[in-house]
Amino acid sequence: MAKKTLNIIESAYRAVMEEQDDTILWLLAAMQGAGAEHTVVLRGNAVNYAVAGQGAPGLTIGGWKQTQAPHMDNDVIDLIERRKIPVFVIKEDLAARGIERGELVPGVQLLSARMLPKHMAEYELVSHW
Amino acid sequence: MSQKTFAIALMDPPYESENLTTAFRILDVMAQRGHNINLFAYEGAAGLAFAKQTPHPNPVHGKNVAEENHPTTKDQVTALLALAAKNGGKVDWVNCGMCVDERGVGEFVADTRRGSPADFHSFCEASDNVLAIPTK
Repeated sequence: MAKKTLNIIESAYRAVMEEQDDTILWLLAAMQGAGAEHTVVLRGNAVNYAVAGQGAPGLTIGGWKQTQAPHMDNDVIDLIERRKIPVFVIKEDLAARGIERGELVPGVQLLSARMLPKHMAEYELVSHW
Repeated sequence: MSQKTFAIALMDPPYESENLTTAFRILDVMAQRGHNINLFAYEGAAGLAFAKQTPHPNPVHGKNVAEENHPTTKDQVTALLALAAKNGGKVDWVNCGMCVDERGVGEFVADTRRGSPADFHSFCEASDNVLAIPTK
């Protein structure tokens, strides 16, 4: 059985336009496909990944156009619904950014920063990205 | 608007940060307006014009190569050069030679070249303004 792993993702929007996704969400999805057992906590600026309806227009440089610009909310939905990876967001970090619960994609769970250490104790591995 | 000449320094490698997306957006506007761009690709940015970059499929997205249409910075560089030429601007895209050698990325797209910090010095001396976007 795979080791239960908690992944705390804090670095956000790094290279997402070039990669057309977040490299850590991508990595976890790929690992889950290989048998890993992941849980995700979004904190800091990464809580914005869970906001529904976000997205940037594709990059255009002269005659070159990006056609598959990233939509991080869709990637979070994919983790929850298709890959069965639980996704939590730190509610204090949402509040600090003025993001309401109703703005988030379905299935995201709220977690208090105060409860995070207790939550960590439930996992065999903890990675902070 | 009169034509200006800008010296640009980039340092970030492809696929590592948002700095390059911001840089290419600025460069695109410069090229649209027909300005001259003298660019020094330093450190990781020496790989931006590497000719062997290859788009890939994305199994996590469930897309093949064509559907994923994965960006390559070499294509962005090529598009920038074409846009500038169309609008009457010149681009001198210099890849730092030692940085290129360290990384094994010595094959560049057409109309970019190998150079050195001396080129960046010349660029700064000849410029109307300088924009350095460093790695943080």
